Amino acid sequence: MADTLTIKRTSGSASAFIPMDALRSSGPEYSKLVDISRCIGCKGCEVACKEWNELQSEPTANFGSYQSHKDLTPNTWLLMRFNEIEVGENLQWLIKKDACLHCEEPGCLYACPAPGAIVQYTNGIVDFNQENCIGCQYCVTGCPFDIPRYSARTKTVSKCNMCIDRVEAGLEPACVKTCPTNAISWGSKRDMLAKADKAVETLKQRGFQHATVYDPSGVGGTHMMYVVPHGDRLADYSLPTDPTASPAPLTALNFLKRIGAYLFGFSLVGALGHLLAFGQESPDEHE
Amino acid sequence: MASLAATFGRGAMTNHWKDIKNTDVVLVMGANPAENHPCGFKWAVEARDTRGAKLLTIDPRFTRTSAVADRHMQIRPGSDIAVLGGLIRHILENDLQHTDYVAAHTNASFIVGSAFGFQDGLFSGFDEAASGYDKTSWEYERGPDGYVRRDPTLQHPRCVFQLLKNHYSRYTPDVVAQIAGCTADEFLAMAEIICSTGTADRVGTIMYAVGWTMHTVGSQIIRTAAILQLLLGNIGRPGGGINALRGHANVQGATDHAIVAALLPGYLKVPLPQQATLADHVRDSTPEPLAPGSVNYWANYSKFLVSQLKSWFGEHATGANDYAYDHLPKQVSDATWLTMWDQAHQGRLEGFVTLGFNPLLAGPDVPRLLQAMSNLKWKVVIDPFMLDTAEFWKAPGMNPAEIDTEVLYLPSSHWIERDGSFTNSGRWAQWKEQAVPPPLGVEPDTWILSELFWRVKELYQQEGGAYDAPIQHLTWDYLNPRLPTTVELAEEINGRDLSSGRLLSSFGQLADDGSTASGNWIYTGSYTEEGNQMARRGTADPTGLGMHHDWAFAWPANRRVLYNRASADAGGRPWDATRAGIAWNGREWIGDVPDYGRTTPPDAAGAFIMTAEGVARLFSTDLVDGPLSEHYEPVESPVRNPLHESVPINPTIEWYGGIRETLATDGDDFPYACTVYRVVEREHFVTSNVPRLVETMPDFFVELPEGLAREKQIENGGQVRVWSKRGSVQGTAIVTRRIKPLQVDGRTVWTVGIPVHWGFVGLTQGSMANLLTPFVGDANTRCPEFKSFLVNVERADVETA
Repeated sequence: MADTLTIKRTSGSASAFIPMDALRSSGPEYSKLVDISRCIGCKGCEVACKEWNELQSEPTANFGSYQSHKDLTPNTWLLMRFNEIEVGENLQWLIKKDACLHCEEPGCLYACPAPGAIVQYTNGIVDFNQENCIGCQYCVTGCPFDIPRYSARTKTVSKCNMCIDRVEAGLEPACVKTCPTNAISWGSKRDMLAKADKAVETLKQRGFQHATVYDPSGVGGTHMMYVVPHGDRLADYSLPTDPTASPAPLTALNFLKRIGAYLFGFSLVGALGHLLAFGQESPDEHE
Repeated sequence: MASLAATFGRGAMTNHWKDIKNTDVVLVMGANPAENHPCGFKWAVEARDTRGAKLLTIDPRFTRTSAVADRHMQIRPGSDIAVLGGLIRHILENDLQHTDYVAAHTNASFIVGSAFGFQDGLFSGFDEAASGYDKTSWEYERGPDGYVRRDPTLQHPRCVFQLLKNHYSRYTPDVVAQIAGCTADEFLAMAEIICSTGTADRVGTIMYAVGWTMHTVGSQIIRTAAILQLLLGNIGRPGGGINALRGHANVQGATDHAIVAALLPGYLKVPLPQQATLADHVRDSTPEPLAPGSVNYWANYSKFLVSQLKSWFGEHATGANDYAYDHLPKQVSDATWLTMWDQAHQGRLEGFVTLGFNPLLAGPDVPRLLQAMSNLKWKVVIDPFMLDTAEFWKAPGMNPAEIDTEVLYLPSSHWIERDGSFTNSGRWAQWKEQAVPPPLGVEPDTWILSELFWRVKELYQQEGGAYDAPIQHLTWDYLNPRLPTTVELAEEINGRDLSSGRLLSSFGQLADDGSTASGNWIYTGSYTEEGNQMARRGTADPTGLGMHHDWAFAWPANRRVLYNRASADAGGRPWDATRAGIAWNGREWIGDVPDYGRTTPPDAAGAFIMTAEGVARLFSTDLVDGPLSEHYEPVESPVRNPLHESVPINPTIEWYGGIRETLATDGDDFPYACTVYRVVEREHFVTSNVPRLVETMPDFFVELPEGLAREKQIENGGQVRVWSKRGSVQGTAIVTRRIKPLQVDGRTVWTVGIPVHWGFVGLTQGSMANLLTPFVGDANTRCPEFKSFLVNVERADVETA
């Protein structure tokens, strides 16, 4: 059952820009499937995510919603978002599991200048290695789904790692394991696509004419897909209609990165000068 | 549960969780299983997606269950009987009942005496002074053979079928709309789906919970639903039933073992003072069969009770002393929840022991409860966590200097820290193992209760006392008498043959001659010579219906669907061969464990073995407030009762002293209907100690409809104050479109919703919802009316820190 992780691409290296087709490899390619029509918004996945990944509980306050946090945070990689909309005369309470989609073409990885800080494995998981992260937050800009979150305390960026340690041991991610209504499934991308198609068919029979599978091609498809009952109302689920990420536009970014490196060099010289002139400051206690 | 027993003979969920996957229609009403039973609810979603079942919710709010339902209808809190009565009328007016089922398995053909009647909101036999009914006029008409007279054509004007038709004819769609606030069209669209299951090839289920029980008409709401399901032929069938969802993992187990006042374990009765001898008590508790072919299983009452007495008093229970019948306390007055606290309020209760329970937050009218608790001399709180109940003197507004109550807090182990069994809603007793040891110095409940017993017994031995025999004679035969193991207790509950010492395998082996002992007859078979049946984990499912007979133990007799004889027609053929409960193969019944003798032929006995009629009761004299149900308003209602203005509320409510003064009257300004409920992130009060769960739902809140919030200038996320005549709460406003304004009886009624999970002890503090609720309960069970009362609302401007 154990699954050996094979690196497909890493950030800040030549492999980041190898065309995707050349990287297609044998071995299991996984996907999570979130069937929104089966989700009851119990937040069991939210808690399981924190438990397994040992993420700190954060002080929260009700802000006029069933939603626990206003937004994802460095310690909240998974957030159930609640939204009330009207579809025709019917009220719909949209409840969506928000977390990293693990893009086949990961905008975060393309944007990342730090070697080895973002790694994509052949099984589809895109993981952040905080020890290599330089805190530049380019990944935040690069992500078309607004998922990674920067911690001012650790000066690094975090997001869902698909419970990579569980997956490596042949287990499903913690959120999948805990879901009481089987709204979240786990398996090969192919199996999950088949399951998603079937779910969409069921939804159409139930009258959801616009039901769809969310697996956007602009990012090469994702390793967390959604079955969306109201496929014509993606924005109401806070899902971008046409997200994109590809290595190509990053040429410009690379140019900027190079300039950045020069600027960094200059700033180092400046800092050294500052240190020599004014001495060392005491560490700032503020967070 | 009282109303299920009144209708079917047993007070329990008829089917089980996994069986819900076999249904065609799921009506969720008086429940919110997505939030309160999320794991079991998966089977409703499964039925929706694999069978194309329709999932419906009827509720004062659009809940997380509604979020995944096919259709939702909003109603006013407390209007359930009007809606269900309307469904019954819809069936009878349009001939949608499952006719063969009704004829074979219900008392539709039974003829009621000519004195029975219903007029102006009252059934015959009402005694104004006693606020109760003399039920004599509700009795059946008997033939010369002593059995009830019946009319199989269902045409006799006094047969139950015609009485039903007549009684519910008033609940037209327009009347339903007028009372409940939905539109007649909305109601009819719902009715069309719900009433589509009155055929052999279709079956529907109802999931309900405390959203029905917590009303002054709670038992009658459930009775109405039971009548509905009987007319549609949905009881006893896989995929059918009326499924009472129990709150905690072990509420069903607690109920089975006599948590309800006036009951002994296994639904035997606490004797009454006038029942001076065992024979008196057995005679009063053993019904006479009312129809030929009635198995009338309660005729075995004496076997269950004598075995229980043998289990409790051992060698001290003999034929010569009525098996120590005198040792059982006799009930002189009501001892239910509200009555206990009323006694305390009057200063007539000295002490109180609470175990695994937080009564201060769980009861209605917290200001009254606080006064009552202050009157106690002592209070013992046994719980894994410090509770608001233990620290009631710290409640907002209390002055500890004025309270003399001595509180003893005993930390006990959590269920995670001990082995034992849980009995789930579907009556499956499942054994579990200890997951982690308790913290140092923390003892299990069994040790605490055992010590309590020994120390009381030792005091009696040293000092003597009035009638100490029940304590002195109580059996306590455990390897370590100071710490019984849960295995020893399970064996004792199961019972033994006293001559051989062997564990029994079926309650059919119990005798009333003192040769057997059993702590609770319905659990006989749960721990046998073959071992702990509750610990079985076989996953085989030969029927494909999810019965799993090798998984754990389901009472009674490992039966998975109660009343399963009714899943087949008069000849024993299943109504639906693809969903057969049991089937007669000419020699014996195959399928589920039959609710019937395995080789009893189909025509030999009635399907409902626990009723004296042998069939299920559409008309039942068991409840105190009527043999049929009737819509009465909540004691606090924003509108009149259009059916009978002179009898607006349940006329048989028990009123405690000083309570009427705590209710809103016409002159008061409490215009909004309010209901309290639970959310999935929290479980009652205990989860206020769990950081992860507090994080997911941190603060006390109030749900308000958009229009009302606008009118009151209350902003989403702002602070709002809600008050009733009894108390006041404040919290964060969740302004929502999930609660709409309703047009009720010609005026707009707004509904406000409040969750119950907060108190003043725990990781986060918040208002106690029950500061608002009224101290009045159901006429039968006295379960408080938490679900419907009146409030006012205003914006609360607090200084932000």
